[in-house]
Amino acid sequence: MARSANGSGLKQLNHSGMKWDDSGKNGYHRITTEKLGAGISTASRQNKQESFEQAPMYVAVCTYMGFGIVTLFGYFRDFLRAVGLEKCNLAQEREEQKDFVPLYQDFENFYTRNLYMRVRDNWNRPICSLPGPVFDLMERVSDDYNWTFRFTGRTIPNVINMGSYNYLGFAENNADFLKTVADKVQQYGAGVCSTRQEIGNLSIHEELEQLVANFLGVESAMTYGMGFATNSMNIPALVGKGCLILSDELNHTSLILGARLSGATIRVFKHNNMHSLEKMLKEAICCGQPRTHRAWRKILIMVEGIYSMEGSVVRLPEVIALKKKYKAHLYLDEAHSIGAVGATGRGVTELFHVNPADVDVMMGTFTKSFGASGGYIAGKKELVDYLRSHSHSAVYASAMSPPVTEQIIRAIKCIMGKDGTTEGIRRIRQLAENTRYFRARLKEMGFIIYGNDDSPVIPVLLYMPGKVVAFAREMLQRKIGVVVVGFPATPITEARARFCLSAAHTRAMLNQVLQHLNEVGDLLCLKFSRRKRPSSLDLCEETDFGLDS
Amino acid sequence: MYFKNFREYLSWLYFQYLLITGIYVLEPWEKSIFNSILFSAIAMVVYTSYVFIPIHLRLALEFFHEIFGGQPESTMTLMN
Repeated sequence: MARSANGSGLKQLNHSGMKWDDSGKNGYHRITTEKLGAGISTASRQNKQESFEQAPMYVAVCTYMGFGIVTLFGYFRDFLRAVGLEKCNLAQEREEQKDFVPLYQDFENFYTRNLYMRVRDNWNRPICSLPGPVFDLMERVSDDYNWTFRFTGRTIPNVINMGSYNYLGFAENNADFLKTVADKVQQYGAGVCSTRQEIGNLSIHEELEQLVANFLGVESAMTYGMGFATNSMNIPALVGKGCLILSDELNHTSLILGARLSGATIRVFKHNNMHSLEKMLKEAICCGQPRTHRAWRKILIMVEGIYSMEGSVVRLPEVIALKKKYKAHLYLDEAHSIGAVGATGRGVTELFHVNPADVDVMMGTFTKSFGASGGYIAGKKELVDYLRSHSHSAVYASAMSPPVTEQIIRAIKCIMGKDGTTEGIRRIRQLAENTRYFRARLKEMGFIIYGNDDSPVIPVLLYMPGKVVAFAREMLQRKIGVVVVGFPATPITEARARFCLSAAHTRAMLNQVLQHLNEVGDLLCLKFSRRKRPSSLDLCEETDFGLDS
Repeated sequence: MYFKNFREYLSWLYFQYLLITGIYVLEPWEKSIFNSILFSAIAMVVYTSYVFIPIHLRLALEFFHEIFGGQPESTMTLMN
């Protein structure tokens, strides 16, 4: 909307520039450029609006009906198994233990037995090549409705990979790029055989931490061997009893586990909702701890950069403003956003032009954009020095393996441009372009997509359980590998397929995926969007605007 | 989407019915059980409406005819 207004404003300027005299033209020019300036910033702010469109009512009704019918059949099959008319293929209690408290009767087991087992050929598919933009799958069939699988011995080659977190395409096996990694294996070996604190602190670890600190623009950083363990083992070192944690509704399990392990009080605010967060902060400052009403020792706000199930981006400037006003601390988990957003890949701090020193604890993982494994925590030097001696991960977990460390070092050097090529910046630009193109085309086709326009994680909503399964199978038949997610990872009515774009995807691959998506969307009736679709004309106007200024 | 013939269109409709009701994930014998139950329920509805709706309609029409349209006729016959 702002984009088309700016376009017409420019045309008016050119037209009136010819008609009016000098003083009038200058006056008009100044006003229009001011409006234009405001227009540019509102356009860029409108770009960051997130959409969570609701599906029509009949979709929710059909979803519940589908789940209801399959649950009824689940009870029927359980009855047949209990009576003995059917063999039970899952774990069961032994005869001697039938009078004890039942182990396998709760809802989660019911759901696994009767829903997940019927359709589990869509998950845990074994891959037999590297997870680049295309990969090979092993073909497997089931003779007894997915209770057991057997491999036919064939592979499905060149399946387009839309599920791996390979944002910058560093999951590659090019011998030139991996030369330094091979050299380091020669020098240091493959395993470290110790923890960081004992005898596993290699010089390559020090080099990596210095590089990560430079990359993020902070004083100091520390790296760990596992991303999940970075969250779950370091939050207990930072907060304890008597502290308050304000955590977003849709935080990842590692953050929730770390918060629960720490023993602090946890309060959950609505997803990305600043009013909810401010209300909780006010109440925390005014009322203090529950019974004694003493002040909280620490208030920690935990948010993520990009939420991987929704594709939404945190409202960082507003969170930082709230944090400064109420004197809380901020823990930012940039697992999916480091390397994937921002003009030079520095993450959400660069996306919103925020000073990295404002975020107290910056955490991230190397699994997604850097093609390795592990995590880091960065911030002020005192914080990181404290964590070096007090974190469970540093003291007890094995240190990061040398080839993995070298892979991260070469990836960061590539992104920063320190290896002398423009490969890094090319990949970041390619990812941003791929994201914009894919999202625009999906919206144009009529699918419901969640999330921010800048995020490379794109959930396409499928809703009904039958359609989720049929979608995954149809896409595999067309040689495209997608990840579908249902209950319990998402709410029960919002099952989705999650696309993760990569800088290694070419425009031809994306076009092929989009064409097949179009066909499958028509075949399964998945185009639920009711908003007015922008025509392809709007996409052309975007580039014209850039040429004129 | 373009279908080559009517049979293809019917099979696509059946596929949509399987997806929407969630039957798609069940085994074939379970699909048959559900289809037969649904079909017999619909057949009973159709049969009941075939037997009872004409009678109800006729009675309703006679009721309203008696109230509104019946008076002039009866007084004429009474006088004659």
